[in-house]
Amino acid sequence: MKFKSVFDIIGPVMIGPSSSHTAGAARIGRVARDLFGKQPTWAKIHLYGSFAETYKGHGTDVAIIGGLLDYDTFDERIKTAFEDAKKAGLSFEFIPETANTEHPNTARIVIGDDKQEMSMVGISIGGGKTEITELNGFPLRLSGNLAAILVVHEDRSGCIANVANCLAKYDINIGHMEVSRKEKGNMALMVIEVDQTVEEDILEEIGKLPNITQVTRIAD
Amino acid sequence: MEVLFHNVRELVDRANKEQKLISEIMIEQEILITGRSRAEIMAQMDRNLTVMEEAVEKGLNGVRSTSGLTGGDAVLLQAYMKKGNTLSGELMLDAVSKAVATNEVNAAMGTICATPTAGSAGVVPGTLFAVKNKLNPTREQMIRYLFNAGAFGFVVANNASISGAAGGCQAEVGSAAGMAAAAIVEMAGGSPEQSSTAFAITLKNMLGLVCDPVAGLVEVPCVKRNAMGASNSLVAADMALAGVTSRIPCDEVIDAMYKIGQTMPTALKETAQGGLAATPTGKWLEAKIFGGAVVSSGN
Repeated sequence: MKFKSVFDIIGPVMIGPSSSHTAGAARIGRVARDLFGKQPTWAKIHLYGSFAETYKGHGTDVAIIGGLLDYDTFDERIKTAFEDAKKAGLSFEFIPETANTEHPNTARIVIGDDKQEMSMVGISIGGGKTEITELNGFPLRLSGNLAAILVVHEDRSGCIANVANCLAKYDINIGHMEVSRKEKGNMALMVIEVDQTVEEDILEEIGKLPNITQVTRIAD
Repeated sequence: MEVLFHNVRELVDRANKEQKLISEIMIEQEILITGRSRAEIMAQMDRNLTVMEEAVEKGLNGVRSTSGLTGGDAVLLQAYMKKGNTLSGELMLDAVSKAVATNEVNAAMGTICATPTAGSAGVVPGTLFAVKNKLNPTREQMIRYLFNAGAFGFVVANNASISGAAGGCQAEVGSAAGMAAAAIVEMAGGSPEQSSTAFAITLKNMLGLVCDPVAGLVEVPCVKRNAMGASNSLVAADMALAGVTSRIPCDEVIDAMYKIGQTMPTALKETAQGGLAATPTGKWLEAKIFGGAVVSSGN
Protein backbone atom coordinates (compact mmCIF):
# COMPACT_ATOMS: atom_id res chain seq x y z
CA MET A 1 0.00 0.00 0.00
CA LYS A 2 1.47 3.28 -1.10
CA PHE A 3 -0.81 5.46 1.00
CA LYS A 4 -0.64 4.35 4.60
CA SER A 5 -2.05 7.18 6.66
CA VAL A 6 -5.35 9.05 6.55
CA PHE A 7 -3.19 12.18 6.60
CA ASP A 8 -1.82 11.22 3.19
CA ILE A 9 -5.41 11.76 2.03
CA ILE A 10 -6.62 14.58 4.31
CA GLY A 11 -3.36 16.50 4.09
CA PRO A 12 -0.74 17.71 3.81
CA VAL A 13 -1.29 21.27 4.93
CA MET A 14 0.50 23.11 2.17
CA ILE A 15 1.02 26.19 0.07
CA GLY A 16 -0.94 25.88 -3.19
CA PRO A 17 -1.51 25.30 -5.96
CA SER A 18 -0.77 21.59 -6.51
CA SER A 19 -0.22 18.72 -4.07
CA SER A 20 1.77 16.69 -6.56
CA HIS A 21 3.53 19.54 -8.37
CA THR A 22 4.04 21.91 -5.44
CA ALA A 23 3.91 20.02 -2.11
CA GLY A 24 5.35 16.81 -3.57
CA ALA A 25 8.04 18.80 -5.35
CA ALA A 26 8.98 20.59 -2.12
CA ARG A 27 9.25 17.24 -0.37
CA ILE A 28 11.49 15.81 -3.09
CA GLY A 29 13.74 18.87 -2.81
CA ARG A 30 13.85 18.59 0.97
CA VAL A 31 14.76 14.88 0.91
CA ALA A 32 17.58 15.74 -1.51
CA ARG A 33 18.88 18.33 0.92
CA ASP A 34 18.55 15.89 3.82
CA LEU A 35 20.48 13.25 1.92
CA PHE A 36 23.17 15.75 0.96
CA GLY A 37 23.33 16.72 4.61
CA LYS A 38 23.88 20.43 4.10
CA GLN A 39 22.97 23.40 1.99
CA PRO A 40 24.19 22.79 -1.59
CA THR A 41 25.70 25.70 -3.52
CA TRP A 42 24.45 24.59 -6.91
CA ALA A 43 21.56 22.52 -8.26
CA LYS A 44 20.64 21.13 -11.67
CA ILE A 45 17.06 19.92 -11.78
CA HIS A 46 15.87 17.76 -14.63
CA LEU A 47 12.09 17.53 -15.00
CA TYR A 48 10.18 14.82 -16.83
CA GLY A 49 6.61 14.20 -17.99
CA SER A 50 3.92 16.42 -16.50
CA PHE A 51 6.58 18.08 -14.31
CA ALA A 52 8.39 19.19 -17.49
CA GLU A 53 5.22 20.43 -19.19
CA THR A 54 3.61 22.36 -16.35
CA TYR A 55 6.27 23.16 -13.77
CA LYS A 56 6.05 26.93 -14.19
CA GLY A 57 2.30 27.07 -13.70
CA HIS A 58 2.36 24.84 -10.65
CA GLY A 59 5.25 26.50 -8.89
CA THR A 60 7.14 23.18 -9.08
CA ASP A 61 10.38 25.11 -9.57
CA VAL A 62 10.03 27.38 -6.53
CA ALA A 63 8.83 24.41 -4.48
CA ILE A 64 11.87 22.25 -5.30
CA ILE A 65 14.20 25.15 -4.53
CA GLY A 66 12.21 25.75 -1.33
CA GLY A 67 12.76 22.11 -0.41
CA LEU A 68 16.48 22.45 -1.08
CA LEU A 69 16.40 25.39 1.34
CA ASP A 70 14.78 23.04 3.90
CA TYR A 71 11.29 24.56 3.69
CA ASP A 72 8.33 22.31 4.54
CA THR A 73 5.20 22.05 2.34
CA PHE A 74 3.35 24.66 4.40
CA ASP A 75 6.20 27.16 4.62
CA GLU A 76 5.06 30.50 3.19
CA ARG A 77 8.66 31.22 2.20
CA ILE A 78 8.23 28.78 -0.73
CA LYS A 79 6.82 31.73 -2.66
CA THR A 80 10.09 33.64 -2.37
CA ALA A 81 12.39 30.60 -2.68
CA PHE A 82 14.17 31.93 -5.80
CA GLU A 83 15.21 35.15 -4.11
CA ASP A 84 16.01 33.27 -0.89
CA ALA A 85 18.26 30.88 -2.84
CA LYS A 86 20.19 33.80 -4.26
CA LYS A 87 20.74 35.16 -0.76
CA ALA A 88 21.73 31.70 0.51
CA GLY A 89 24.30 31.31 -2.26
CA LEU A 90 22.48 28.53 -4.11
CA SER A 91 22.58 28.77 -7.90
CA PHE A 92 20.19 26.59 -9.84
CA GLU A 93 19.05 25.56 -13.28
CA PHE A 94 15.88 23.79 -14.46
CA ILE A 95 16.10 21.48 -17.44
CA PRO A 96 12.79 20.20 -18.89
CA GLU A 97 13.41 16.79 -20.50
CA THR A 98 11.42 15.03 -23.20
CA ALA A 99 12.40 11.45 -22.32
CA ASN A 100 9.61 9.18 -21.09
CA THR A 101 9.83 8.02 -17.51
CA GLU A 102 7.86 5.35 -15.71
CA HIS A 103 6.00 7.93 -13.64
CA PRO A 104 4.68 11.18 -15.15
CA ASN A 105 5.92 13.38 -12.29
CA THR A 106 9.61 12.68 -12.12
CA ALA A 107 12.51 14.93 -11.12
CA ARG A 108 16.23 14.19 -11.16
CA ILE A 109 18.00 16.50 -8.76
CA VAL A 110 21.75 16.90 -9.04
CA ILE A 111 23.19 19.03 -6.26
CA GLY A 112 26.58 19.78 -4.85
CA ASP A 113 29.11 22.21 -3.46
CA ASP A 114 32.84 22.62 -4.11
CA LYS A 115 33.55 19.27 -2.41
CA GLN A 116 30.72 16.85 -3.11
CA GLU A 117 28.05 16.04 -5.64
CA MET A 118 24.86 14.01 -5.33
CA SER A 119 22.19 12.81 -7.73
CA MET A 120 18.71 11.69 -6.75
CA VAL A 121 15.51 10.79 -8.57
CA GLY A 122 12.16 11.48 -6.92
CA ILE A 123 8.62 10.90 -8.11
CA SER A 124 5.44 12.59 -6.92
CA ILE A 125 2.67 10.02 -6.89
CA GLY A 126 -0.33 12.17 -5.93
CA GLY A 127 -1.71 14.04 -2.96
CA GLY A 128 1.74 15.29 -1.98
CA LYS A 129 3.10 11.78 -1.50
CA THR A 130 6.53 11.11 -2.94
CA GLU A 131 8.99 8.28 -3.47
CA ILE A 132 12.71 8.31 -3.99
CA THR A 133 13.61 5.85 -6.73
CA GLU A 134 17.32 6.41 -7.23
CA LEU A 135 20.28 7.78 -5.30
CA ASN A 136 23.69 8.38 -6.88
CA GLY A 137 22.88 5.80 -9.53
CA PHE A 138 21.72 3.24 -6.97
CA PRO A 139 18.15 2.18 -7.66
CA LEU A 140 16.16 2.25 -4.42
CA ARG A 141 13.71 -0.57 -4.12
CA LEU A 142 11.66 0.45 -1.16
CA SER A 143 8.53 -1.56 -0.51
CA GLY A 144 6.91 1.56 0.91
CA ASN A 145 5.24 -0.57 3.57
CA LEU A 146 7.76 0.19 6.26
CA ALA A 147 9.66 3.22 7.44
CA ALA A 148 13.16 3.26 6.01
CA ILE A 149 16.49 4.79 6.74
CA LEU A 150 19.15 5.45 4.13
CA VAL A 151 22.77 5.33 5.15
CA VAL A 152 25.41 6.65 2.77
CA HIS A 153 28.81 5.38 3.83
CA GLU A 154 32.35 4.59 2.79
CA ASP A 155 32.74 1.03 1.57
CA ARG A 156 34.74 -0.25 4.55
CA SER A 157 34.50 -3.40 6.65
CA GLY A 158 32.41 -3.17 9.78
CA CYS A 159 30.13 -0.37 8.61
CA ILE A 160 27.08 -2.56 8.11
CA ALA A 161 27.62 -4.44 11.37
CA ASN A 162 27.99 -1.18 13.30
CA VAL A 163 24.71 0.18 11.98
CA ALA A 164 22.87 -3.10 12.61
CA ASN A 165 24.26 -3.24 16.15
CA CYS A 166 23.15 0.28 16.86
CA LEU A 167 19.59 -0.52 15.72
CA ALA A 168 19.62 -3.73 17.77
CA LYS A 169 20.60 -1.79 20.86
CA TYR A 170 17.34 0.18 20.62
CA ASP A 171 15.23 -2.92 19.83
CA ILE A 172 14.61 -1.80 16.27
CA ASN A 173 13.91 -4.74 14.02
CA ILE A 174 15.12 -4.73 10.41
CA GLY A 175 12.40 -5.96 8.04
CA HIS A 176 14.37 -5.67 4.83
CA MET A 177 17.86 -4.46 4.02
CA GLU A 178 19.84 -3.84 0.88
CA VAL A 179 23.45 -2.86 0.52
CA SER A 180 25.00 -1.65 -2.68
CA ARG A 181 28.12 0.11 -3.87
CA LYS A 182 29.35 1.72 -7.05
CA GLU A 183 32.95 0.52 -6.90
CA LYS A 184 34.95 -1.41 -4.36
CA GLY A 185 36.20 0.88 -1.58
CA ASN A 186 34.15 3.81 -2.81
CA MET A 187 30.76 5.17 -1.78
CA ALA A 188 28.15 2.67 -0.67
CA LEU A 189 24.53 2.77 0.38
CA MET A 190 22.46 0.86 2.92
CA VAL A 191 18.68 0.89 2.62
CA ILE A 192 17.16 -0.42 5.81
CA GLU A 193 13.44 -0.92 6.28
CA VAL A 194 12.48 -1.11 9.93
CA ASP A 195 9.41 -2.12 11.93
CA GLN A 196 9.73 0.59 14.57
CA THR A 197 10.11 4.34 14.40
CA VAL A 198 13.74 5.41 14.41
CA GLU A 199 13.94 8.52 16.56
CA GLU A 200 16.12 11.48 15.71
CA ASP A 201 18.71 10.75 18.42
CA ILE A 202 19.26 7.23 17.07
CA LEU A 203 19.83 8.66 13.59
CA GLU A 204 22.38 11.02 15.08
CA GLU A 205 24.11 8.15 16.83
CA ILE A 206 24.34 6.19 13.57
CA GLY A 207 25.67 9.31 11.85
CA LYS A 208 28.55 9.46 14.29
CA LEU A 209 29.69 5.87 13.58
CA PRO A 210 32.97 5.54 11.65
CA ASN A 211 32.86 5.96 7.85
CA ILE A 212 29.20 7.00 7.81
CA THR A 213 28.62 9.97 5.50
CA GLN A 214 24.92 10.62 5.86
CA VAL A 215 21.82 9.15 7.48
CA THR A 216 18.27 9.99 6.46
CA ARG A 217 14.86 8.66 7.36
CA ILE A 218 12.27 8.42 4.62
CA ALA A 219 8.73 7.08 4.07
CA ASP A 220 7.46 8.07 7.51
CA MET B 1 1.23 -4.16 6.59
CA GLU B 2 -1.94 -5.11 8.37
CA VAL B 3 -4.94 -2.94 7.55
CA LEU B 4 -8.57 -3.08 8.58
CA PHE B 5 -9.88 -2.66 5.04
CA HIS B 6 -8.54 -2.93 1.51
CA ASN B 7 -11.65 -1.80 -0.31
CA VAL B 8 -15.02 -0.18 0.29
CA ARG B 9 -16.79 -3.53 0.69
CA GLU B 10 -14.50 -4.54 3.58
CA LEU B 11 -14.86 -1.07 5.09
CA VAL B 12 -18.67 -1.19 5.06
CA ASP B 13 -18.81 -4.82 6.24
CA ARG B 14 -16.54 -4.07 9.17
CA ALA B 15 -18.56 -1.00 10.13
CA ASN B 16 -21.77 -3.03 10.01
CA LYS B 17 -20.38 -6.02 11.89
CA GLU B 18 -18.88 -3.90 14.65
CA GLN B 19 -21.77 -1.43 14.67
CA LYS B 20 -19.37 1.46 14.17
CA LEU B 21 -19.22 4.52 11.99
CA ILE B 22 -16.91 4.49 8.97
CA SER B 23 -15.03 7.40 10.53
CA GLU B 24 -14.38 5.23 13.59
CA ILE B 25 -12.92 2.40 11.48
CA MET B 26 -10.60 4.95 9.85
CA ILE B 27 -9.48 6.28 13.23
CA GLU B 28 -8.85 2.74 14.51
CA GLN B 29 -6.83 1.90 11.41
CA GLU B 30 -4.73 5.04 11.85
CA ILE B 31 -3.99 4.02 15.44
CA LEU B 32 -3.09 0.50 14.26
CA ILE B 33 -0.80 1.63 11.44
CA THR B 34 0.99 4.54 13.07
CA GLY B 35 0.96 3.44 16.70
CA ARG B 36 -0.01 6.98 17.65
CA SER B 37 -2.66 7.67 20.26
CA ARG B 38 -6.27 8.51 19.44
CA ALA B 39 -5.83 11.91 21.07
CA GLU B 40 -2.84 12.76 18.86
CA ILE B 41 -4.64 11.64 15.72
CA MET B 42 -7.81 13.57 16.56
CA ALA B 43 -5.72 16.65 17.37
CA GLN B 44 -3.93 16.51 14.01
CA MET B 45 -7.22 16.27 12.14
CA ASP B 46 -8.55 19.13 14.25
CA ARG B 47 -5.62 21.27 13.07
CA ASN B 48 -6.33 20.31 9.44
CA LEU B 49 -9.95 21.33 9.98
CA THR B 50 -8.77 24.71 11.25
CA VAL B 51 -6.62 25.20 8.14
CA MET B 52 -9.70 24.46 6.02
CA GLU B 53 -11.82 26.96 7.97
CA GLU B 54 -9.21 29.66 7.57
CA ALA B 55 -8.85 29.02 3.84
CA VAL B 56 -12.63 29.30 3.32
CA GLU B 57 -12.74 32.50 5.33
CA LYS B 58 -9.85 33.99 3.38
CA GLY B 59 -11.46 33.07 0.06
CA LEU B 60 -14.83 34.53 1.07
CA ASN B 61 -13.07 37.81 1.78
CA GLY B 62 -11.77 37.80 -1.77
CA VAL B 63 -8.41 36.71 -3.20
CA ARG B 64 -6.83 36.88 -6.65
CA SER B 65 -4.15 34.65 -8.16
CA THR B 66 -0.90 36.03 -9.55
CA SER B 67 -1.96 35.20 -13.12
CA GLY B 68 -5.26 37.00 -12.59
CA LEU B 69 -7.17 34.01 -14.00
CA THR B 70 -9.07 33.24 -10.81
CA GLY B 71 -10.34 34.91 -7.66
CA GLY B 72 -13.39 36.79 -6.52
CA ASP B 73 -16.04 34.27 -7.58
CA ALA B 74 -16.70 33.09 -4.01
CA VAL B 75 -17.48 36.71 -3.13
CA LEU B 76 -19.87 37.00 -6.10
CA LEU B 77 -21.68 33.82 -5.10
CA GLN B 78 -22.12 34.87 -1.47
CA ALA B 79 -23.46 38.27 -2.52
CA TYR B 80 -25.89 36.58 -4.92
CA MET B 81 -27.09 34.22 -2.19
CA LYS B 82 -27.82 37.11 0.13
CA LYS B 83 -30.39 38.42 -2.34
CA GLY B 84 -32.38 35.28 -1.56
CA ASN B 85 -33.44 34.31 -5.07
CA THR B 86 -31.13 31.37 -5.70
CA LEU B 87 -32.45 28.68 -8.01
CA SER B 88 -30.44 25.73 -6.73
CA GLY B 89 -30.92 26.59 -3.07
CA GLU B 90 -28.94 28.26 -0.36
CA LEU B 91 -27.15 25.19 1.05
CA MET B 92 -26.09 24.14 -2.44
CA LEU B 93 -24.67 27.53 -3.35
CA ASP B 94 -23.09 27.90 0.07
CA ALA B 95 -21.18 24.66 -0.53
CA VAL B 96 -20.27 25.77 -4.04
CA SER B 97 -19.05 29.18 -2.89
CA LYS B 98 -16.95 27.68 -0.09
CA ALA B 99 -15.42 25.09 -2.42
CA VAL B 100 -14.59 27.93 -4.83
CA ALA B 101 -13.21 30.02 -1.95
CA THR B 102 -10.78 27.24 -0.98
CA ASN B 103 -9.54 26.71 -4.52
CA GLU B 104 -9.17 30.43 -5.13
CA VAL B 105 -6.91 30.57 -2.07
CA ASN B 106 -5.01 27.55 -3.40
CA ALA B 107 -4.55 29.17 -6.80
CA ALA B 108 -3.22 32.28 -5.06
CA MET B 109 -0.54 30.12 -3.38
CA GLY B 110 -2.29 30.42 -0.03
CA THR B 111 -2.30 27.76 2.70
CA ILE B 112 -4.76 24.90 2.24
CA CYS B 113 -5.17 21.29 3.32
CA ALA B 114 -5.02 18.84 0.39
CA THR B 115 -8.21 16.70 0.29
CA PRO B 116 -7.09 14.46 -1.36
CA THR B 117 -5.08 16.86 -3.53
CA ALA B 118 -4.61 20.61 -3.67
CA GLY B 119 -6.39 20.98 -7.00
CA SER B 120 -9.42 19.23 -5.49
CA ALA B 121 -9.08 20.74 -2.02
CA GLY B 122 -12.34 22.71 -2.17
CA VAL B 123 -14.95 19.96 -2.34
CA VAL B 124 -14.64 18.34 1.09
CA PRO B 125 -14.41 21.56 3.16
CA GLY B 126 -16.88 23.40 0.91
CA THR B 127 -19.59 20.82 1.52
CA LEU B 128 -18.65 20.43 5.20
CA PHE B 129 -19.01 24.10 6.08
CA ALA B 130 -22.29 24.36 4.17
CA VAL B 131 -23.86 21.18 5.59
CA LYS B 132 -22.71 22.32 9.03
CA ASN B 133 -25.26 25.13 9.04
CA LYS B 134 -28.07 22.64 8.40
CA LEU B 135 -27.02 19.73 10.65
CA ASN B 136 -25.34 21.69 13.49
CA PRO B 137 -22.62 19.09 14.15
CA THR B 138 -20.28 19.11 17.13
CA ARG B 139 -16.59 19.81 16.52
CA GLU B 140 -15.96 16.07 16.87
CA GLN B 141 -18.56 15.27 14.23
CA MET B 142 -16.84 17.73 11.88
CA ILE B 143 -13.52 16.00 12.51
CA ARG B 144 -15.24 12.65 11.89
CA TYR B 145 -16.49 14.01 8.56
CA LEU B 146 -12.84 14.24 7.50
CA PHE B 147 -12.05 10.72 8.73
CA ASN B 148 -14.99 9.30 6.81
CA ALA B 149 -13.88 11.15 3.67
CA GLY B 150 -10.33 9.98 4.36
CA ALA B 151 -11.41 6.32 4.53
CA PHE B 152 -12.86 6.45 1.01
CA GLY B 153 -9.90 8.45 -0.27
CA PHE B 154 -7.56 5.87 1.25
CA VAL B 155 -9.21 3.10 -0.80
CA VAL B 156 -9.12 5.13 -4.01
CA ALA B 157 -5.49 6.20 -3.53
CA ASN B 158 -4.34 2.63 -2.96
CA ASN B 159 -6.59 0.78 -5.41
CA ALA B 160 -6.74 3.39 -8.18
CA SER B 161 -5.23 6.88 -8.14
CA ILE B 162 -5.77 10.38 -6.80
CA SER B 163 -3.29 11.94 -9.21
CA GLY B 164 -4.45 14.06 -12.14
CA ALA B 165 -1.20 13.28 -13.96
CA ALA B 166 -1.92 9.56 -13.59
CA GLY B 167 -5.72 9.45 -13.83
CA GLY B 168 -7.15 12.77 -14.96
CA CYS B 169 -9.52 15.06 -13.04
CA GLN B 170 -11.84 12.13 -12.29
CA ALA B 171 -9.08 10.90 -9.96
CA GLU B 172 -8.86 14.25 -8.21
CA VAL B 173 -12.17 16.13 -8.14
CA GLY B 174 -14.01 12.87 -8.84
CA SER B 175 -12.46 11.25 -5.78
CA ALA B 176 -12.91 14.38 -3.67
CA ALA B 177 -16.59 14.63 -4.58
CA GLY B 178 -17.16 10.96 -3.78
CA MET B 179 -15.38 11.39 -0.45
CA ALA B 180 -17.53 14.41 0.39
CA ALA B 181 -20.74 12.57 -0.54
CA ALA B 182 -19.86 9.65 1.72
CA ALA B 183 -19.01 11.99 4.60
CA ILE B 184 -22.22 14.02 4.20
CA VAL B 185 -24.21 10.80 4.49
CA GLU B 186 -22.52 9.82 7.75
CA MET B 187 -23.01 13.28 9.24
CA ALA B 188 -26.68 13.21 8.21
CA GLY B 189 -27.16 9.93 10.03
CA GLY B 190 -27.11 7.60 7.01
CA SER B 191 -25.72 4.06 7.09
CA PRO B 192 -22.23 2.95 6.02
CA GLU B 193 -23.86 1.30 3.00
CA GLN B 194 -25.47 4.62 2.07
CA SER B 195 -22.08 6.34 2.32
CA SER B 196 -20.72 3.79 -0.11
CA THR B 197 -23.68 4.33 -2.44
CA ALA B 198 -23.25 8.11 -2.33
CA PHE B 199 -19.58 7.71 -3.23
CA ALA B 200 -20.44 5.37 -6.11
CA ILE B 201 -23.16 7.63 -7.53
CA THR B 202 -20.86 10.66 -7.38
CA LEU B 203 -17.85 9.04 -8.99
CA LYS B 204 -20.00 7.41 -11.69
CA ASN B 205 -20.99 10.89 -12.76
CA MET B 206 -17.43 12.16 -12.88
CA LEU B 207 -15.91 9.24 -14.79
CA GLY B 208 -13.87 10.30 -17.76
CA LEU B 209 -13.27 13.82 -16.55
CA VAL B 210 -9.94 14.94 -17.97
CA CYS B 211 -7.24 17.11 -16.41
CA ASP B 212 -6.64 19.97 -18.85
CA PRO B 213 -5.45 23.01 -16.90
CA VAL B 214 -5.02 26.16 -18.96
CA ALA B 215 -1.33 27.18 -18.99
CA GLY B 216 -0.71 24.31 -16.56
CA LEU B 217 -2.10 26.42 -13.75
CA VAL B 218 -4.42 24.93 -11.10
CA GLU B 219 -7.02 27.56 -11.92
CA VAL B 220 -9.01 27.12 -15.13
CA PRO B 221 -11.05 24.93 -15.02
CA CYS B 222 -10.02 23.53 -11.62
CA VAL B 223 -11.80 26.10 -9.46
CA LYS B 224 -15.15 25.58 -11.18
CA ARG B 225 -14.71 21.80 -11.26
CA ASN B 226 -14.53 21.96 -7.47
CA ALA B 227 -17.80 23.89 -7.51
CA MET B 228 -19.46 21.20 -9.59
CA GLY B 229 -17.84 18.44 -7.54
CA ALA B 230 -19.43 19.92 -4.42
CA SER B 231 -22.88 20.11 -6.02
CA ASN B 232 -22.53 16.58 -7.37
CA SER B 233 -21.74 15.23 -3.92
CA LEU B 234 -24.71 16.93 -2.28
CA VAL B 235 -27.14 15.53 -4.85
CA ALA B 236 -25.61 12.05 -4.59
CA ALA B 237 -25.79 12.16 -0.78
CA ASP B 238 -29.47 13.09 -0.96
CA MET B 239 -30.10 10.29 -3.46
CA ALA B 240 -28.38 7.72 -1.22
CA LEU B 241 -30.24 8.96 1.86
CA ALA B 242 -33.50 8.66 -0.09
CA GLY B 243 -32.77 4.97 -0.59
CA VAL B 244 -31.56 5.07 -4.18
CA THR B 245 -28.90 2.40 -4.75
CA SER B 246 -26.07 2.01 -7.24
CA ARG B 247 -26.30 -0.90 -9.65
CA ILE B 248 -22.52 -0.93 -9.97
CA PRO B 249 -20.83 -1.57 -6.60
CA CYS B 250 -18.58 1.18 -5.27
CA ASP B 251 -15.32 -0.78 -5.64
CA GLU B 252 -16.12 -1.58 -9.27
CA VAL B 253 -16.76 2.11 -9.97
CA ILE B 254 -13.35 2.90 -8.47
CA ASP B 255 -11.77 0.19 -10.61
CA ALA B 256 -13.51 1.58 -13.71
CA MET B 257 -12.14 5.03 -12.87
CA TYR B 258 -8.64 3.59 -12.62
CA LYS B 259 -8.88 1.81 -15.97
CA ILE B 260 -10.31 4.88 -17.68
CA GLY B 261 -7.39 6.86 -16.27
CA GLN B 262 -4.89 4.37 -17.64
CA THR B 263 -6.33 4.56 -21.14
CA MET B 264 -6.74 8.36 -21.08
CA PRO B 265 -4.35 10.09 -23.49
CA THR B 266 -1.35 11.84 -21.89
CA ALA B 267 -2.48 15.12 -23.46
CA LEU B 268 -5.46 15.02 -21.07
CA LYS B 269 -3.55 14.16 -17.91
CA GLU B 270 -2.18 17.37 -16.44
CA THR B 271 0.20 18.14 -19.30
CA ALA B 272 -1.70 21.25 -20.46
CA GLN B 273 -1.58 19.92 -24.03
CA GLY B 274 -5.21 18.98 -24.64
CA GLY B 275 -8.79 19.85 -23.77
CA LEU B 276 -9.45 23.38 -22.54
CA ALA B 277 -5.71 24.06 -22.36
CA ALA B 278 -5.47 23.53 -26.11
CA THR B 279 -8.40 25.79 -27.07
CA PRO B 280 -7.53 29.05 -28.88
CA THR B 281 -8.39 31.05 -25.76
CA GLY B 282 -6.51 28.61 -23.53
CA LYS B 283 -3.42 29.01 -25.69
CA TRP B 284 -3.85 32.77 -25.83
CA LEU B 285 -4.06 32.96 -22.04
CA GLU B 286 -0.96 30.81 -21.72
CA ALA B 287 1.00 33.12 -24.02
CA LYS B 288 -0.26 36.16 -22.12
CA ILE B 289 0.67 34.78 -18.72
CA PHE B 290 4.10 33.47 -19.54
CA GLY B 291 4.78 36.41 -21.80
CA GLY B 292 4.65 38.45 -18.62
CA ALA B 293 1.47 40.40 -19.35
CA VAL B 294 -1.32 40.64 -16.81
CA VAL B 295 -4.57 38.94 -17.72
CA SER B 296 -7.62 40.81 -16.60
CA SER B 297 -10.46 38.57 -17.79
CA GLY B 298 -12.26 36.08 -15.55
CA ASN B 299 -12.12 32.31 -16.11
